[in-house]
Amino acid sequence: MGPIQPDHDEPVFHRPWEGRVFGLRRAMGAWRRWNIDVSRHEVELVPPEDYLRMSYYERQFAAFIVLLQKRGFVTAGEIETGVSTAGSPVAAPALTREGASQLILRGVPTSRDGPVPARYQSGQTVRAINANPVGHTREPRYVRGKLGTVARDHGIFVFPDTNAHFLGEKPQHVYSVRFSARELWGDQAAPQDCVYVDLWDDHLEPA
Amino acid sequence: MNTTRPESPTTALSAEGVADPTVLVHAKQSDHDHDHDHQAIPSDPALRVKALESLLVAKGLVDRAALDELVDTYAHKVGPRNGARVVARAWTDMEYKRRLLADADAAIRELGYGGMQGEHMVAVENTPTVHNVVVCTLCSCYPWPVLGLPPVWYKSAPYRSRSVIDPRGVLREFGLDLGHDVEVRVWDSTAELRYLVLPERPANTETLTEAELATLVTRDSMVGVAKASASPRRTPT
Repeated sequence: MGPIQPDHDEPVFHRPWEGRVFGLRRAMGAWRRWNIDVSRHEVELVPPEDYLRMSYYERQFAAFIVLLQKRGFVTAGEIETGVSTAGSPVAAPALTREGASQLILRGVPTSRDGPVPARYQSGQTVRAINANPVGHTREPRYVRGKLGTVARDHGIFVFPDTNAHFLGEKPQHVYSVRFSARELWGDQAAPQDCVYVDLWDDHLEPA
Repeated sequence: MNTTRPESPTTALSAEGVADPTVLVHAKQSDHDHDHDHQAIPSDPALRVKALESLLVAKGLVDRAALDELVDTYAHKVGPRNGARVVARAWTDMEYKRRLLADADAAIRELGYGGMQGEHMVAVENTPTVHNVVVCTLCSCYPWPVLGLPPVWYKSAPYRSRSVIDPRGVLREFGLDLGHDVEVRVWDSTAELRYLVLPERPANTETLTEAELATLVTRDSMVGVAKASASPRRTPT
């Protein structure tokens, strides 16, 4: 993938339009017609050649436009012309300035309470399942089929793999799972190094 | 999607009638695009975003004051100086450090920070034999309340892909060479937990106040691609 080439003094937003994209996504997200997992998945659906060519905010903007249409906020015609369709109702904005301030301070916690028992315990050896769904998953490809050790139970959280497709939150335990670098990458890796990955109950099986 | 690529940067409709978003950023970039001071015409993304913002405001879907609040907060108010205070407090107060490592949410809230993309925090401590580095291979997850928004390099394909497989090579690119006596731990932010690296306190800083120590804590040291130094080579970001 090439060198990283960090820019040590870059501004938060390189152009004003990037900031507007950032703000617009959050402001429209407040309508709760999608959730964070849906919006992440929409970015994942950007075709690979475009995904790698585009800048981060170009991708965010591209996915955002699709999302707005899919969720019925705007039509393709309105995007093209930039003009609201004659006769379409004017809404009252979901997010006010005060609301934005509160949203920033409180965030959107995805932890959940409930009598969901943990399937695994700290210290237990587990295997990341070899599942390769077409849809959204937060189990990275590089851990599938690999053995790891549960380092910590983070508690219960929304499950993105279902939430991204409006199939329910399916709350379950999330664990910090430690994979040795050599387990993942072979002998090229330093023997003492490791990668910690946060995985859900549904991503794991006993080993 | 079957779309014809038009010569000018107008939208094209897919078979489903959804405007092809990739066309919107296929603007013919003028030669002067990189010369910010002399642009006669704004770049295409700027025009498209402006048009979309106007449309959403006109439809009553977005409130401009809310938008400005969001942009302004992350452009100017939330940034790595927050995390630097957390780190400096942990360096000088052993009880605080203990609380930070046990329950980062609560400890970070003690200093008044928290919220969006920092709802579930974990602090990981660097020691002489353990070096932590944070990445989000799947997208760009990053602890906003303590570090602000992530830099371009953190969200780039090279960093996202290479950090997990070759962290020592990545760190060397940042100027950090770690020996075989050090264990490198890479934290891939795959869930909503957000990771803050607690860098080692530099040597010869015993006489510094907490505020002075905070100036030594760089953004990069809290992501884990650098160590904190008593004499930083550049202004801490």
